[in-house]
Amino acid sequence: MALDKSEVEKIAQLARLHISEADAEEVANRITDILALIDQMQSVDTESVEPMAHPLDVVQRLRADTVTETDNRDELQTLAPEAQDGLYLVPKVLE
Amino acid sequence: MIEKTAAELSQALSSGVISSVELTQSYLDRIKKYNAELNAYITICEDTALSQAKTADEKRAAGDSSPLLGVPLAHKDIFCTNGVTTTCGSRMLHNFVAPYDATVVEKFNTAGAVMLGKTNMDEFAMGSSNETSFFGPVKNPWDIKRVPGGSSGGSAAAVAADLCAMATGTDTGGSIRQPAAFCGITGFKPSYGRVSRWGMIAFASSLDQAGPLCKSAEDAALMTNVMAGLDKKDSTSIDKPVEDYAATLNDSLQGLKIGIPKQHFAEGLTAEVEKGIREALREYEKLGATLIEVDLPNNHLSVSAYYVVAPAEASANLSRYDGVRYGYRCENPVDLDDMYKRTRSEGFGDEVKRRILVGTYALSAGYYDAYYRKAQKIRRLIKNDFVEAFKEVDVIVGPTSPHTAFELGAKTDPVTMYLEDIYTIAVNLAGLPGISIPAGLSNGLPIGMHIVGKDFGEAKLLNVAHQFQQQTDWHRQKPNFGQEG
Repeated sequence: MALDKSEVEKIAQLARLHISEADAEEVANRITDILALIDQMQSVDTESVEPMAHPLDVVQRLRADTVTETDNRDELQTLAPEAQDGLYLVPKVLE
Repeated sequence: MIEKTAAELSQALSSGVISSVELTQSYLDRIKKYNAELNAYITICEDTALSQAKTADEKRAAGDSSPLLGVPLAHKDIFCTNGVTTTCGSRMLHNFVAPYDATVVEKFNTAGAVMLGKTNMDEFAMGSSNETSFFGPVKNPWDIKRVPGGSSGGSAAAVAADLCAMATGTDTGGSIRQPAAFCGITGFKPSYGRVSRWGMIAFASSLDQAGPLCKSAEDAALMTNVMAGLDKKDSTSIDKPVEDYAATLNDSLQGLKIGIPKQHFAEGLTAEVEKGIREALREYEKLGATLIEVDLPNNHLSVSAYYVVAPAEASANLSRYDGVRYGYRCENPVDLDDMYKRTRSEGFGDEVKRRILVGTYALSAGYYDAYYRKAQKIRRLIKNDFVEAFKEVDVIVGPTSPHTAFELGAKTDPVTMYLEDIYTIAVNLAGLPGISIPAGLSNGLPIGMHIVGKDFGEAKLLNVAHQFQQQTDWHRQKPNFGQEG
């Protein structure tokens, strides 16, 4: 399937990526090439095949519902680009 | 001394021929001298390495005889290391100082290994040549005009050039095995679930697995002994006893049945690599093994299915990089959407962005069945091929890569680069263990032999690799780079 520039813009918006006008065509062409590689799968009839989501056929392990994590908010917030009073700061969302 | 295997260094340390401090200093000196040219390390931990070495020497003096105690290693920069920058080869995390150790790192610390530094890699492990790193490409010590392979290219080059005794890596589609092949070393990807992924920055969660890059199969066994095991912090790590992988290395291969997949000796394989692998297979026949042709009829679809599954999982995993909690944030965002978009567009490189877009597309409304579900079905067919083949044989052997290391800048088209992993990717989709070991040289460049084992057949696989290395000295061959005197 060939992707055009407007479809690339739509996917980029979903992925929160900005693709410049100058790059859009190049990106669309590269992705079209990748989709052509992927489309080789379509030649095989998989109607009756059970999908395999994961290599391990195991059930999720459960643990006792007890607190295992300690509070390390302050330490983690030192990694943030902007934090104040225990809160992460981002540009204003509401006017 | 620096050229020795970890097993040999362990002996030298325990017999007192050398101390860990002396050994660590030798590697640090060598890193200082040669890393600028190879670009194998992103971060060098001189002070902590020397202090870990000192502790190791004290522990040894006090009677601790852990095999890897005091042996210097490097971690791929995808593993979180407490207090040390962990970049994942990306601008997005160029300033990220991890607040904790990955389980793999913690296990090596407990075993007393000395961390020399963090190695270069393709950005977020997405690449087969180490050219997508934000920190620049790594050079192959066998020919510095060539790539070391990827994504664990820094680890492979560092081991090959003796800038460490051993290194960790991760393998999502071949990222341990292909660089090991290109750099003439041993690289082992255990079964999915054998090693904890906790603290290992996620690329594709159903495919990623950590493993060793080292100088022999015996070293791979010693490292896997440390790395493997259930981790309550990783719900996909398996609750299965860890064998002593070193205990069965010397088992006889008499009667071993080796599967030769015809699809791995077909069009696309270069003549010199085929010749090297065929000769290596004769060594196995001398050891009493029988070669049996096996069919992996869906192997040719593995790259297609992988480039749905891996980007889909990556697009979800990498959505966490939003410029809010850690890592890169763009300058002067006008609003939240602008911040997300510019942070991600400036923080990620082209290949990472491409894969996020492909994954987002494959998962988007209306396309899920045609892409993601279809790929999961192909994944089942690929797994079934192995299940059938392993009814007849004990291991499957072929080339790791169709050719030897290529030149930097030679492959600019993404699809051509993706096809690099044509022999390794199916193993990740199926979750099986696979190892690449040196099996010859062609025009002065290493040839890698790929051995695939059954589910959790780590011990047999390492035994098969070790026996080859008892008969041959390809794993002892060294590049001319950095040879003194």
